[in-house]
Amino acid sequence: MKRLIILTIEIIICFLLQTTVFQWFSLGNVVPNLLLIVTVASAFMHGQKEGLLVGFFCGLLVDFSFGNVIGMYAFIYMFVGYFNGYSNKIFDLNDMTVPIILIGVSEFVYFFLYYVLEFLLRGKLNIFFYFTRIGLPEIIYTVFISIFLYKLLILIDEHLVHIEEEEVY
Amino acid sequence: MRRRTKINLNPKHIFITLSVLCIILIFVSYRYSEEMSPVKTAVGNVISPMQKGINTVGRSIFDQFDKLASMSQLLEENERLKEEVDTLSYENKILLQDKYELDRFRDLYQLDQKYADYPKVAARVISKDSNNWYHIFTIDKGADDGIAVDMNVIAGNGLVGIIEEVGKNWSKVRSIIDDSSRVSGMFLKTSDTCIVRGDLELMEDGVIGVDLIDIKADIYDGYEVVTSHISDKYLQGILIGYISNIQVTSGNLEKTAYLTPAVDFERLEEVLIITEVKEALVDLE
Repeated sequence: MKRLIILTIEIIICFLLQTTVFQWFSLGNVVPNLLLIVTVASAFMHGQKEGLLVGFFCGLLVDFSFGNVIGMYAFIYMFVGYFNGYSNKIFDLNDMTVPIILIGVSEFVYFFLYYVLEFLLRGKLNIFFYFTRIGLPEIIYTVFISIFLYKLLILIDEHLVHIEEEEVY
Repeated sequence: MRRRTKINLNPKHIFITLSVLCIILIFVSYRYSEEMSPVKTAVGNVISPMQKGINTVGRSIFDQFDKLASMSQLLEENERLKEEVDTLSYENKILLQDKYELDRFRDLYQLDQKYADYPKVAARVISKDSNNWYHIFTIDKGADDGIAVDMNVIAGNGLVGIIEEVGKNWSKVRSIIDDSSRVSGMFLKTSDTCIVRGDLELMEDGVIGVDLIDIKADIYDGYEVVTSHISDKYLQGILIGYISNIQVTSGNLEKTAYLTPAVDFERLEEVLIITEVKEALVDLE
């Protein structure tokens, strides 16, 4: 229950930061994708089920506030969360490399899915332009931010697990 | 790690169920976008006050950063602007000198006078032959408007080409950048003649070639080339362009150069046709 509340707060704070504060600190007109970091982190830490649920609700939040059609972002985030869940098997608390790489790859997948669903279906074929203009800067910025945010998320999660264990005994 | 002790669903099944749900949502929200809007508004009502709150905090922090950043930027800009003022005042002096020179030239040649004297008809480019640059294009004036073959076509600042074919209300213009175009030119300052030829390869860089310049011609980059007095089709003194990259051919017989056309052929919409044809030379019977 506690985890549910904390996760909800995490998601909402990240969403708010992403839509407000980071808009002021945007580099090259891109904003880091904090919700994706949360999705990947929870999938990495707790497996597919949590990954896909967190992804689904992150996406739904974005859908309701920005999307033209509801469900598209939810699908993309859920997809990312679900497949990152496979990496739960190699989860290690102190390892930073794997999650950073995962976030980078996920960001690319996110970009690609978004491009296919939003642009390719409208007949915009110049993927290289979109990649260099939007995809690549976003990947770099998100990976950079994830170094800090992931550390923070890990700390919160560790704390939660600690409390949960105490409750059991 | 402790798992929640609910019914243990397979993540794969949840994934598939939610994917289907997403797809249904996409269709529903696409089809019934009006009915969905209250939901969106409700979410917006909850979220936007929070965003507003964070925004005020974020903006004040950002403003501080911005001030610091802009300070060094302003200093840099100041430095740069000072340099720019120096170069500009220098350039201004040179331009003034050029202006006096130009006045003298005008007096000497009375070229501008001549330019304005030709009777002209305006026309619109209605179709073009090539994809990137115009080579041969069609204009919307023809024999009905007094256009005849071999009339010169100009645009704002210089020579465009020559009328090659005339219809009732259209005509075809071969532009000077066309690969087969040859124009007899002359350097305005030195009166040395040359041949300006269109060149498909050079055109990649936006220039065309100039051949057969006298080896002794005292010419430099940036000199104007106008149509010459010995041309049999082009009227005298129409600006063609500016030369650059002057070279001496290997045989030491002539100089060649590149010419940047005075007309921007990529954005050619309206042209003027000089309705005066250079009189053909006719032998005595």
